[in-house]
Amino acid sequence: MPQFYGTEVRSRLLLGTARYPSPAILAEAVRRSGTDIVTVSLRRESAGGKNGGAFFQLIRELGVHVLPNTAGCHSVSEAVLTARMARDVFATNWIKLEVIGHHDTLQPDVFGLVEAAGILTGEGFEVFPYTTDDLVVAERLLEAGCKVLMPWCAPIGSAVGPRNLAALRTMRAAFADVPLIVDAGIGRPSHAATVMELGYDAVLLNTAVAGAADPAAMAEAFASAIEAGHMAHGAGMLEPRDMAVPSTPVIGKAVFS
Amino acid sequence: MKLIVNGEEHELQAATLAELLAFLEYDGDWLATAVNGELVHSADRRIHLLKDSDRIEVLSPMQGG
Repeated sequence: MPQFYGTEVRSRLLLGTARYPSPAILAEAVRRSGTDIVTVSLRRESAGGKNGGAFFQLIRELGVHVLPNTAGCHSVSEAVLTARMARDVFATNWIKLEVIGHHDTLQPDVFGLVEAAGILTGEGFEVFPYTTDDLVVAERLLEAGCKVLMPWCAPIGSAVGPRNLAALRTMRAAFADVPLIVDAGIGRPSHAATVMELGYDAVLLNTAVAGAADPAAMAEAFASAIEAGHMAHGAGMLEPRDMAVPSTPVIGKAVFS
Repeated sequence: MKLIVNGEEHELQAATLAELLAFLEYDGDWLATAVNGELVHSADRRIHLLKDSDRIEVLSPMQGG
């Protein structure tokens, strides 16, 4: 099982907690997925503090690691402050760092991302950066102190699956010893299996499960696909070829005419 | 004095951040607070003095991806 910042986890699926039909369905999806890490956010609380309390209790009862995010932050200062506030609440150094650069695609602002990552690692945070599949940005993030990378495979919530397999394959080859998690854009279990077959360590997804007709069943389907993709990578897959290769032996074939 | 809490203006008297939270009935160990863009640790709310026109953010855990 993979290790992230020295913590070994029980699953290669990281699951978001947003957009489920109900808290009970979220809890069931988490249980059936077998995930060991869920992502959460921080938002303004109404007076009385009732909204977050119920959700916080639910998360505590799930018994999994919490990965707070800085979703919706469009500047370095916003992301850094949100990370600091998240650490105060969740008592974890883990932070899924998002610095959004484009309103329509939610593409990371990679310049701000690297800057924020440097600030946060300097304060002891263990940063999971949501980034593009750009190798130079990845290098900068590692130089900034990140020990995990989370490249997107398509825009958040788009469900289109990996748009650039060659780039993901190159990133895997370039950073053989760095835990790599594909984050964002996965729509189907087959998408997750595909990126896992490239040798990725894990997949983070949310909408594909939360938006399914049966989120709990879909969570389990994703868990199976991710494990299958991981196992297939380890087993060594055939390289594709253009011409046929008979699978049945030719020797001993009957001659009827 | 005037205080901006989660974007809403309030006219009230509160010496410390902890007093403000109590006055507005924010309660719970899951709250995160910032004043004027700086984190105020939960342990420091009792000693963090407020001044006129401070901007306070009170956040709590929510669903996220």
